[in-house]
Amino acid sequence: MSATPPLLRIDGLGIDLPLDGEPRPIVHRADVVIPEGAAVALVGESGSGKSLTARAVLGLLPAGARLHGDVAFAGESVAGMAPERLRRFRAGEVAMVFQDPRAHINPARSVGDFLIEGLTLTRGVRAADAVRKVTGILREVGIADAERRMRQRPHELSGGLLQRVMIAAALAAEPRLLLADEPTTALDVTTQEEVMAIIAEAREARGLALLFITHDLELAAAVCDRIVVMYAGSTVEELPAGHLRERAAHPYTRALLSSRPSVFEAGADLRSIPGRPLSGFEVPDGCAFSDRCPRVRDRCRSERPAPSAAGDSTAACHFPYTAPAEEAGCHA
Amino acid sequence: MRLRFVLTRLSLLVVTVLVSSLAIYGAMFLTPGDPATLLVGGSRDPDPAVLAQIHREYHLDDPFIQGYLHWLGNCLQGDFGKSLVYRDSVAGLIGTRAADTLALVTYAAVIVLVTGTVIGTVAALRGGRTETLVTTLTAGAMAVPTFVMAVLLIWLFAVQLPWFPVYGSGEGFAGTLKHLTLPAVALALTWIGYVAQVTRTAVRAELRSEHVETARSRGVPEHAVIRRHVLYNASGPVLAVSGVGIAGVIATAAVAEQAFGTGGLGSLMIEAASKQDMAVVQAVSLIFVVVFVVINTTVDLVSAALDPRVAQKGAR
Repeated sequence: MSATPPLLRIDGLGIDLPLDGEPRPIVHRADVVIPEGAAVALVGESGSGKSLTARAVLGLLPAGARLHGDVAFAGESVAGMAPERLRRFRAGEVAMVFQDPRAHINPARSVGDFLIEGLTLTRGVRAADAVRKVTGILREVGIADAERRMRQRPHELSGGLLQRVMIAAALAAEPRLLLADEPTTALDVTTQEEVMAIIAEAREARGLALLFITHDLELAAAVCDRIVVMYAGSTVEELPAGHLRERAAHPYTRALLSSRPSVFEAGADLRSIPGRPLSGFEVPDGCAFSDRCPRVRDRCRSERPAPSAAGDSTAACHFPYTAPAEEAGCHA
Repeated sequence: MRLRFVLTRLSLLVVTVLVSSLAIYGAMFLTPGDPATLLVGGSRDPDPAVLAQIHREYHLDDPFIQGYLHWLGNCLQGDFGKSLVYRDSVAGLIGTRAADTLALVTYAAVIVLVTGTVIGTVAALRGGRTETLVTTLTAGAMAVPTFVMAVLLIWLFAVQLPWFPVYGSGEGFAGTLKHLTLPAVALALTWIGYVAQVTRTAVRAELRSEHVETARSRGVPEHAVIRRHVLYNASGPVLAVSGVGIAGVIATAAVAEQAFGTGGLGSLMIEAASKQDMAVVQAVSLIFVVVFVVINTTVDLVSAALDPRVAQKGAR
């Protein structure tokens, strides 16, 4: 570990949520490191705990949640922040772009109200200055008639436009880290590309670090420097995006890769991973993936694998793949 | 706000009043016998000469529509005809009592709105035991009819504890306030229940909504989150139920006026109905309908001003 701490370090994070009055582990063990200015993708199926992990970065967990491990921003523990410090942290250092802008932007207030609120209410910026600033950012994210849009209400804007508004609101806070929680999932395909391009541009222009949460491995590899794969509440593999296709070591990562339709292999059968994804609290004593894994052995069912580093990547598996993957080579 | 929405609502108001006025006027002809005997009032055999005069005055021999238009035209000019029971113009009878009813209804409405929204909001924000307590008490308040509540209040606060007068409407502002407190509380309690329950549900729903999560994720101070996002967005349903609450207070005002002998339009209508004084019943009914519809329209327009999506849905 170097002398200066990374921008974000999620270290052995566990989250228990009360379910029927009893605390149930939803996230078991999440490890993510994001250096200043880097882009990291957190990939997993629905229910794998990736969104909850991102919310833990903001200290934005549901009531009754219990936290293990640590989330540290530039060396400072988020859980240890006093309320006022946490508010300033949310207002100026981290910003989140949510999945569904239609639900996540107050439908009863004007777009302009939403945009300037982050500046006027949290930092005491004068309304006129805030308007000038967000108008500029709206143009930057490709909204030409910014003044008119500011006066409109969210229901008058399309989903893609509204997601740009959300991104503009996040950028207006001048954060050092952008959390994007499936920012394109609620949009149609052509809009998805535009929105991803806007995020990539903004990141480049501002030197922003990005935690990109998605279920789409290939999109993650295209946008980010490093990939973290999460399954049933645990991060199972961490590797450079460029190594994803050939050097993925965890059977779950390989299974995910081969269950995606490819444009280069037209006519090939679409494979699915046998079994169903587990929620964090359903996980057995051994490896969470053991029931669905083609390489499972007795040890996998009794002993949970710890993450272990090999070269540039880390995998939590007793029997990781070591040979480079050939196309579809990972299936028995 | 869309102009079309405003115009639609206003024309609906006019149509509703017209249809109800038709029903109110027509009811006179649906009762068996000569409508003129109803207008004379009482059950004794009236003088044929008087009946003939009434037929002329009320245009009872004209075709129905002509008679109706004549009656409506007079009502619009403030001439509601004459009460033969009270030997006074209906407008005069109403005028003196309308002020009493207005005072009582305003008092009760203020109690309903302030208490209902405040305890509903507090219950939703505090949660836990406070919420359970408020839910239980308001459910109880909703279940007790006004006349039972009136008897209970008289027994407790006028007989056992002689804090408030049992009867009458009092002199001057302080006297009126003192005399109207028990009837206003009796009237208000049921509707406090409704307003509190709806407020609690609406505030709860907004507290859990995604856009509130967004505001918190941006470091917006909690008091601003509550005011600008939770309460502001919850105001739609709260406003709607408040309109219903005020309308309900007006509708049940007669019960409290009778029970506490405060006098007013409600008790006038009850008396008039029992004496078969049709002219008074018609006039008071029409006034109640107009007040009802005006309140509902106002609520609709204010809701639309707060949240333009309402206007868009409504105009379609």
